[in-house]
This record gives sequence, C-alpha cells and structure tokens, in this order.
Amino acid sequence: MSSDAKTTNDRAVETLEQATIRFAGDSGDGMQITGSQFTNTSAIVGNDLATFPDYPAEIRAPAGTRPGVSGFQVRFSSFDIHTPGDSPDVLVAMNPAALVVNLKDLQPNAIVIVNTDSFGKVDLQKAKCETNPLEDGSLDAFRLVKVQLTTLTKETLKDDGLDAKSVQRCKNFFALGMVYWLYNRPLDVTERWLHETFGMRRKKPELAEANIKVLRAGYNYADITGLFQTSYEVPKADLAPGTYRNIQGNQALGMGLAAAGVLSGKRIVLGSYPITPASDILHQVAGYKNFDFVTFQAEDEIAAVCSAIGASFAGQLGVTTTSGPGFALKSEAVNLAIMTELPLLVIDVQRGGPSTGLPTKTEQSDLLQALFGRNGDSPIPVLCTQSPGDCFDAVIEAARIAIRYMTPVVLLSDGYIANGAEPWRLPEVSDLKPIEVRHPGAEDAEDFRPYRRDPETLARPWAIPGTPGLQHRIGGLEKQDVTGNVNYDPVNHQRMTDLRHDKVARIAQDIPPLETHGASEGKVLVLGWGSTRGPITGAVDRLFGRGESVARAHLRHLNPFPSNLAEVMARYETVLVPEMNKGQLALILRGQLGLEVQSYSKVEGQPFTTDEIMHRVEEILG
Amino acid sequence: MTTMNTTPEPLTKKDFKTDQDVRWCPGCGDYAILNAVQGAMVELGRRREDVVFISGIGCSSRFPYYMETYGFHTIHGRAPAIATGVKLANPALDVWMVTGDGDALSIGGNHLIHALRRRVGIKMLLFNNRIYGLTKGQYSPTSEVGKVTKSTPMGSLDTPFDPIQVALGAGATFIARGVDIMGAELIEVMKRAALHEGGAFIEIMQNCNIFNDGAWADVADRNIREDHLVHVKHGEPLVFGRESDKGIVLRGLRLEVVSLADHAVEDLLVWDETDAAMAWLFCGQVSPGLPSPIGVLHSRPAENFEDGIYRQLAAAREKKGAGSLDALLYSGDIWTVEG
Repeated sequence: MSSDAKTTNDRAVETLEQATIRFAGDSGDGMQITGSQFTNTSAIVGNDLATFPDYPAEIRAPAGTRPGVSGFQVRFSSFDIHTPGDSPDVLVAMNPAALVVNLKDLQPNAIVIVNTDSFGKVDLQKAKCETNPLEDGSLDAFRLVKVQLTTLTKETLKDDGLDAKSVQRCKNFFALGMVYWLYNRPLDVTERWLHETFGMRRKKPELAEANIKVLRAGYNYADITGLFQTSYEVPKADLAPGTYRNIQGNQALGMGLAAAGVLSGKRIVLGSYPITPASDILHQVAGYKNFDFVTFQAEDEIAAVCSAIGASFAGQLGVTTTSGPGFALKSEAVNLAIMTELPLLVIDVQRGGPSTGLPTKTEQSDLLQALFGRNGDSPIPVLCTQSPGDCFDAVIEAARIAIRYMTPVVLLSDGYIANGAEPWRLPEVSDLKPIEVRHPGAEDAEDFRPYRRDPETLARPWAIPGTPGLQHRIGGLEKQDVTGNVNYDPVNHQRMTDLRHDKVARIAQDIPPLETHGASEGKVLVLGWGSTRGPITGAVDRLFGRGESVARAHLRHLNPFPSNLAEVMARYETVLVPEMNKGQLALILRGQLGLEVQSYSKVEGQPFTTDEIMHRVEEILG
Repeated sequence: MTTMNTTPEPLTKKDFKTDQDVRWCPGCGDYAILNAVQGAMVELGRRREDVVFISGIGCSSRFPYYMETYGFHTIHGRAPAIATGVKLANPALDVWMVTGDGDALSIGGNHLIHALRRRVGIKMLLFNNRIYGLTKGQYSPTSEVGKVTKSTPMGSLDTPFDPIQVALGAGATFIARGVDIMGAELIEVMKRAALHEGGAFIEIMQNCNIFNDGAWADVADRNIREDHLVHVKHGEPLVFGRESDKGIVLRGLRLEVVSLADHAVEDLLVWDETDAAMAWLFCGQVSPGLPSPIGVLHSRPAENFEDGIYRQLAAAREKKGAGSLDALLYSGDIWTVEG
C-alpha cells in the first residue's frame, strides 16, 4: 500500500553515507516498536544497518524517571557497517528523563526532537531536573526541535472516538512520522505492519487506522511546518547480491534450530524456562510446530535441561535455552550429559552478572562458567555467536558437533546479539550441509557395547530405546570403558577421564583454521569472541585502511580452539583481547597457550564502541 | 518412533534380569519390588526394547541397572523431568520411573508435582522407606515426627508428607499404594497403572532393614497386618480385619472404623476410585486411626500431556503444511539485492 501522505517538498535534500537515530522514552512509550519500525523500513529501502535496543529490566519502571528510560538506537548506511553507531545524529526524547540520560552520547550539532507536552513541573521533578533543560542552555550545542507530540496526536484523533489512553499511546507514531520525513523514508512498511498487527492479529482495526493517521500526521507536520531546514537521504548500501531480511539474534537462533532439525532428520525437543534475554527463542520456536518441533516450558531451569537430556536419550535432539543464572542451575544436569555422552545443546544468551545482575544488559561473563562451572573434570565444547545473522550458522554448527561427537555443547550468545538486528543475507537452503546421524540397529545387537567408541571421533554409539536387542543402562556413575557398566576402578577412572578430555580435544580436527583480516603479521592483533566482532571490525578496518600494522581475528570456537591459534597469535607483537568481562578469554589464552595477551575489559552493560577499541589500539601503536 | 507390540513369543521374568549383581543390602524390600516389577512386565507382555526405566539417586534408584530394558540412572530428584523428556521425544515408549521418599519428595519435589499435574504418561514407583538409606540413615520427608536419626539426635521436628496427599494435591489421575512384600497385590496395581491412560503414581511401602527396620511394621507383619490394612476395590464396600469383621463408614466428613458385629455391610462406604474426594478422606489428618489403604485409591481417565503435544503438532501441520525451511527463511519482509 502506498501512502498518500508522502508529498514532495522544496527544501534541500542532503545525501549522507550513514545516520544514527536514538528513540528514547518511558518503557511504556513504545520506543522499541518505533525503533523496530524505522529499522524494518530502512532494511527494505536497502541500507545496511545495526541496532541496539536498551531497555530497563522493569516492565513498567516508574514513569518519567531516569531508570525507566527505554531506548532503541539504529544506525543505517550506504556502506558496510558493523555496529549500531557510537553517537546518535538524532535523538527523539519523549520526556525530560529520556533527554537528560542520552545527551552525553550525542554528536555535536545533533538534532534533538522533544515532546514539549511532557516538560511540565512534575515531569521535570520525576526526571530530577532542577532546571528545565529546554531553557537552561544545556541544549545549546544541539539543534533543538520542540514538538507538542501529545497535543498534536490528540488533535489528529479528536474525531475518532478512541479513549484517552489509546490516543495517548499513538504519539510515538507521530514522532516516527516526523523522522520518516526527515530521512525521506516511505511509510508503507509501517502501515502494513500496523494493519497486520492491530487490524488482523489483534482484531482492533480502529487502532491500526488511528496509528496510521497519526504516523501520516507526523510526516505531514514535518513537511508543512518547516521544522527542519534540510531533509536527508541515505542511499542503498552496496550489499552482496542475494535475498535479505532484517533479523535479530534470537530469531536467527530459532530458525537455526529448525534448520538443525531438518538437516539432521531429528525432532528438536526444546526444554526451557522463561529468562531474560533468552525467552524470545522459546516464543519463536513455539510457532514451529509444523516442523515437528517440540517445545516444553518446564517448571524450572533444571527440569528444562533434564527434559532435553531425556529427549536426547530417547533419540531426538534435546536443546535448552537460558541465560547465566539459569545456566548455573543446569550445571549438574549438563554434567550428566557429559558423563552419559549424549548430544545436547545448551544455549546461553549472556547478560550482566553475577547473580540476577543486569537482566536486560549485555555481557560476555559466562565464558568461564561454560568452560568450568561443573564438578569434576568435565570438558565441554563451547562455541559463540558473533552477530544476529551469524546465530543461524552457529547453532547448526553446535548441533553438528553435539551429534557427531555425542556430547553436550554450549553455545554462548549475548543480550546485544539477541535483541540487536542486522540485514541477513539468506542462505540457499540447498547449500546447507546435512548433519549425519548414525543409530545402531537390531542387526548390531550381537556385539553391542554402549561405550565402544568411534576410532575417529571417540564418540560412543547413539543407541535408542525401541531398538530390539540394544537394551542398555546409562547413568551418572563412572562407567567401565567399553561396557558402560558402573565401575569404580582407579585405572578405569583415569582412562575414562582422559577419554572424555581427548574426545572434546579432537573436535579441533573439524574446526577451520582461524582467519585474520588486516596485516598478516605485525604490531597488533585484536582477538575477539562473540559480539565484539562488530566494534573490533569497525576499528581495525579503519586503522588498517590508514596503513597501520594491525589485524583482527574472531573466535567461533572457544573449546577447543582452532589448531592454528597459537601460531596466529605469535605473528603479532601485541595481542589485544577486548571482552565484556574481566578478562576471561585472556585468562584462558594465558593459561592454556602460555601466551601473553593484553586484556581490554568493559563491563558497563553496554557493548564496546568502535572508537573505544580504536583508541586502545592507537595507544598500543604509540 | 517405535510401536509397542505384544507377540506370541512370551518372555519370562528371567528375560528381564540383567547380568549385573544386585547390590541392595540383604533383606532389603527392594528385592521383592524388583521381582514384582519383572513379574508385571511378563504379565503385561511387554517387549524389553520398548520399556525405559528412569531413576534419580538413592538406593531405589539403582533399580534400572537390574532391568533388562533401556535404563537411565540420572541425578538426584530429576527423574520426573528426564522421564518427561523421554516421553516428549517418543510417546510410544513405556516409561517407568523409580524414586524414593528423599529423591521424589525432598530434592525432587518440584519435578514430581509438576510431572503429576501435567499428566505426563509416566508410571512412577515411589519406594517409601521413610529414611535416607544411601547416605546412611538421616530422617526423610516421610519420617514420622520425633524420628531420632544421626541428623536429628533429639528427634525430628517437621511434619512428614503423605505421598498420597501430595499426589492428590498435584492432580494425579492414577494413585495407588502397595507393600514391598505383598507381591501379588503389587503386580495388580502395576498392571492397572500400566494400562491407565495417563500418568500413574504408586507409593510402595518398603522396609529398610538397616536404617529403619520396621518402617511399616504394622502393615508388613503377616500376623497383624490385616487389622491395619484395607484393600480398596472399586465398587466394593470397605471391609477389613483378619476375620473380615471390621468396616469403614462415612460419618459427616470423616471415615470411621466400625465393627461388623453391630453394623451391616450395607452401611459401609462403597469405594469409588473415580472420586478423588474419597481418597482424601483416607488421609491421616482427615480421619485419624484408620487402617492403611492398599490398592487403587484413585483413577480417572485423562489425556497424556505428550499426546496433547503431538495433537498440536499434527494440527499445526494440518493448518500450515509440513515445515519448509525455504518458506520459513524467505518469509516476512524480504528484499533482493541484484548482482
């Protein structure tokens, strides 16, 4: 549907390579929806983009307060970008709190659009503002655009017969309409979404109509009033040819799980317990029932992983999704899967810790928990996701390892990737490699031993209940080599401990060598894992482009490492390891490889910015 | 998915024994239960490959090692959750769970009640010896108040659970009770449990002759037990006693023991296993001084949780067609960048 609201204007249009917008308001102001809509439209227009939703843990934090501010940042561009941008060019602030907490991040001369209807005395008090920032000079460095968003929205809908609360809730679309005008974006993607969401799904067509009316009113308001001297255009990015969609990390994980099921011919049985920021994976895959995908919302984290283990024992692929605190509860059960050598996927979408920590903020501080957070010597393969779209490939890879090596596998994602979005070039389904699964059959009964290993992978056979003649018992007690019978013999325990270790170490044979980008040897290697790939890429590519002796590399596999890791690291004078934790990968690199590295730690609940990493590398370069 | 079948070629109890030495203490009640379970499997005509035994941790939980079926000796308290996963993956399997009073009612209490309320089609056997045996004799959540053990030298203070009440409270649709040494009765309730549509819960009163000998002396002693037990049978009046000379009547909201010398059989309560309220009446706190009920206390048909899950999978396939990765990935707002 095309919009009749779009009119031409005779003001100047400036072409930009990129822009960053932050929408900020109360948690109830609809900022996440507003940001997502701008993102989807920009994706369809053909920009490259990256987003960063940042919201409080409280569902509805006290209105108008600083801790209650919910933000959504989107950066869109006509070239290849890797992060949601360091500092916004435009801030939309729905109230004083949203204004003051975000000012420090803005570009000089940024456009600041504020809803002046929410700058009354009480609003200022709630935001703990002693003076009105609209009047006290604190916005002098910016281009302030004052709009009576609430009044104008009410005016637009005065004849629609909606209740006051519903009218009030439409005002974010007025702001969105204005920003669409500012960046010359079409309205039809959002209008279609409003029809689908309110009209068709929620059966409230009057709300769809009202929001569309307000969206167009905002667009026209910006057009007619001449609030902005200039509007902007960010042309299409030169993306690789292919079909794209905009994707969030958790969405891609869900799709990857469905794909792992299809590629292995296994039914996925996902046991999960709601936890931020992992719950969206469960929501996503609960809609995949036509894939024969079983989802089970368990009574707790422990039951969630245990149900997955039971499913794997019964011959399907068990998966559990969680975040740090839930992962801690699962430790004992994960160890049972290590001992019984069953395939299992544990997906940990990391958040700020310790304890309940920062549920909605990102961190990478579960690495050591994943590697070592269990009793006994309990080796487990650990992989990570590196961007929203990458989650799809990562989860298929994790499933492949779990099945081929008969082992639980931990896949670490994080809140930044989970909720962040980027354009994702869709894979050709026919290019996806099948995951080979072998089950012994009744014909193997004669000489069947539950712990006789494959000589290449050291995996034990996956014999499943229902197969005549292969009845056997497994459990958490130490096993006798080959027979799998309970056994406490000291020599056997040493052997089994070694075998469990060697089996996981052997996975390195299937891991591609670590690639570097930039200088093939030289002064600085920036080595990262997980979601730091974006800012590291942005920083190192810029420095290398300037002729600096720098390179970057990104680990997908954290246990075991790619075989060439030590050799790669040795080619550089300094290895810098930026991590959103206190240096956990750095600790492992030092301990396991005996190589010195420089740790760059950030635990602010926020991802690294490109500038931060650039500055640190520049310091090293001197 | 496998299908369960009974074939003309009959198996014997021996076919359900493994090559592993049974390692319970001599005289343990578990031996008798193992024997009864193997007997029930034979009488049910089960194929070994279609049966799975899942256990937690504790003396009872060694059980799977002694059954020539598929078996999984898991971790403390989590057997209901693991068994749930087995059922979700393959509902056709005949899944039995073996647990104890500590495993099921203490560390695993949460999983037990949720597996029961969900009506997962698991057949649960709770061996209740009212003591922690494998850790050498601490009181358990079913130990009587005042129990003197290593960890409670001055007597335990906490009120015990009645497993039947827990199961009733959790909404179990099949609840039965047996005694370790009463093999024939045990086999009967196990067969009923096996054939019940839905999950089943059986409490088995079991002796621990090392750490809690005489745990159920009044119901285990052949000489006196008939005065302390009542065999409940659907549709039959509640008569008990060595001489079948006693009965149970409903008075107000309580049950009361009466002598048949001065009461007619027609006055007695007729057992209705479909009525959960009747099972509640037998609980000690409601009607003190009653004999222990043995047999099927409650049974009402209910859809298995896992059958509901698969019904939804089928409905989704019916509505949307079988899942296609192409359709999944290439959906929503997509766009093409030309080369």
